[in-house]
Amino acid sequence: MSDFFKYAIDLIAVLLLAFGIKGLSKVRSARGANQLAAVAMGLAVIGLLGSYLGQPSLNAQAWAWILAGTAVGGVLGAITAQRVPMTSMPEVVALFNGCGGMSSLLVALAAALYPAALDATGIVAVVSIVISVFVGSITFTGSIVAMAKLQGWLSTPPWMQSKARHVVNIALAVVALIAAVEMIRNGGSGLWLLVVASALLGVGVTLPIGGADMPVVISLLNSYSGVAAAAAGFVVGSQLLIVAGAMVGAAGLILTQVMCKGMNRSLVSVLFGGALGASSTASAGGGEYTNITSCSVEECALSLEAAERVIIVPGYGLAVAQAQHTLREVTRSLEAAGIEVAYAIHPVAGRMPGHMNVLLAEADVPYEQLKEMDVINPDFPATDVVLVLGANDVVNPQAKTDPNSPLYGMPVLDVQQARTVFVVKRGMSAGYSGIKNDLFELSNTSMVFGDAKKVLGDLLGELKELGVGKK
Amino acid sequence: MDANFVEFLWVLLLGSLLGLELIGKVPPTLHTPLMSGANAISGITVLAALTAIIKADGNQALLVLGSISLGFALFNVIGGFLVTDRMLAMFSRKPARKEKS
Repeated sequence: MSDFFKYAIDLIAVLLLAFGIKGLSKVRSARGANQLAAVAMGLAVIGLLGSYLGQPSLNAQAWAWILAGTAVGGVLGAITAQRVPMTSMPEVVALFNGCGGMSSLLVALAAALYPAALDATGIVAVVSIVISVFVGSITFTGSIVAMAKLQGWLSTPPWMQSKARHVVNIALAVVALIAAVEMIRNGGSGLWLLVVASALLGVGVTLPIGGADMPVVISLLNSYSGVAAAAAGFVVGSQLLIVAGAMVGAAGLILTQVMCKGMNRSLVSVLFGGALGASSTASAGGGEYTNITSCSVEECALSLEAAERVIIVPGYGLAVAQAQHTLREVTRSLEAAGIEVAYAIHPVAGRMPGHMNVLLAEADVPYEQLKEMDVINPDFPATDVVLVLGANDVVNPQAKTDPNSPLYGMPVLDVQQARTVFVVKRGMSAGYSGIKNDLFELSNTSMVFGDAKKVLGDLLGELKELGVGKK
Repeated sequence: MDANFVEFLWVLLLGSLLGLELIGKVPPTLHTPLMSGANAISGITVLAALTAIIKADGNQALLVLGSISLGFALFNVIGGFLVTDRMLAMFSRKPARKEKS
């Protein structure tokens, strides 16, 4: 294939990738856009293989190794994608992302060990290799740690939550820097030191970060894997790789920023502040709850039966309890009884931003019933019953009333304006911010203690006994 | 350091600007799929892995490294695109279902 076709195919692939990313930001076009990006990727691979077709370097041996890698990676990827439950989405994205980082790392290693074969000589190549190794290692170990933490396989050792971790991480960064300088000045030496130091740095930075902040970290690591890909592009001299890597890197940064805003967190505090809890509770005038009304599932069912308008506020606890399907059954019987049901979706509801929409969509909740925060907030005063399921900080009125609260300024759902609020929660523990929730003490709020799935199951039973939704 | 490098820097700069421009206003609904879709695209390192294999010229170590790298990248690409499609498929089928009920 001539150079002209190679360039033409690359150019088309870049355009399709750009349209793909663009389209992914609108609900209507998202699915097609994702497929478009996949086609672009296929096209890029065909273009690359095509440009070497018929040349001695693309021989039977090369094909064999290409097929081997393709078969293993492709099949495992396809199986993982089909099997994974929707609730595990954050872990899976982290896993995939880590593998992307690993891929860049391995290519950079190959180029560092055999520079002549890959034409990776000269200062530009070496600097690119250093960047690719550094970012690739951090992306890989950071993503794997994020996945393990989200899965509950790994918890943070106590010393990692102390200030000592900053000393360790800075030391690791310095070692990585020394190794990098050594590599740039004297060629290959320092390579393995750089790999080890960056890999440990990835662990050290990610390990202390709390579960609720993890999505922000995954998004940031996603941006890094773009940077690693772009650096790998400099190593092997591929413009397409540079463009695509740069696009993902930049888009990832923006997405990270958007997520931080939704959680009222700054990126710096996510990365270096550790869990928001301990320090802020005291200053925020937290303390004990005094005026809690708790009630049984039966009372809750009676209120629901008498209601005309019900709003459901699903949160992290619902996702963790995997109760979305039971919830859908409850709302089905309410709807059958002529009760109007809507879902109030906070931007960061679920285990990561947008996750709740995916979970509820999986449980067959009609898309039209999912209301974004700004749309549904004016509806609360005209609502009879609000059912808060495993959400906490996103329904804390302090965010609007108390300028001294660390939550102040965070967008919240105004559930307290409804006539009755039921909060389903496992205990009185604080949300991830560690801040007391004034909502729980209000006179129109009742707590229903228990695991979201269990409570919803019981609620369904009670509603059946009351004959709600039977025709 | 040659003309190629300068050209690559331009490509890097324009690619970054394009990325910043593309993700302007994303509804929160799409954060999860967008993250996983962008993540799949970062598996574009398949190209680098393929290049390493093709240029190996019989060097076994390079072939093995390239092939493992290709495996990791494709796991990222194929898995990423498929899982994103699974999520988005749930969004798109919604309106049709509603009519039924």
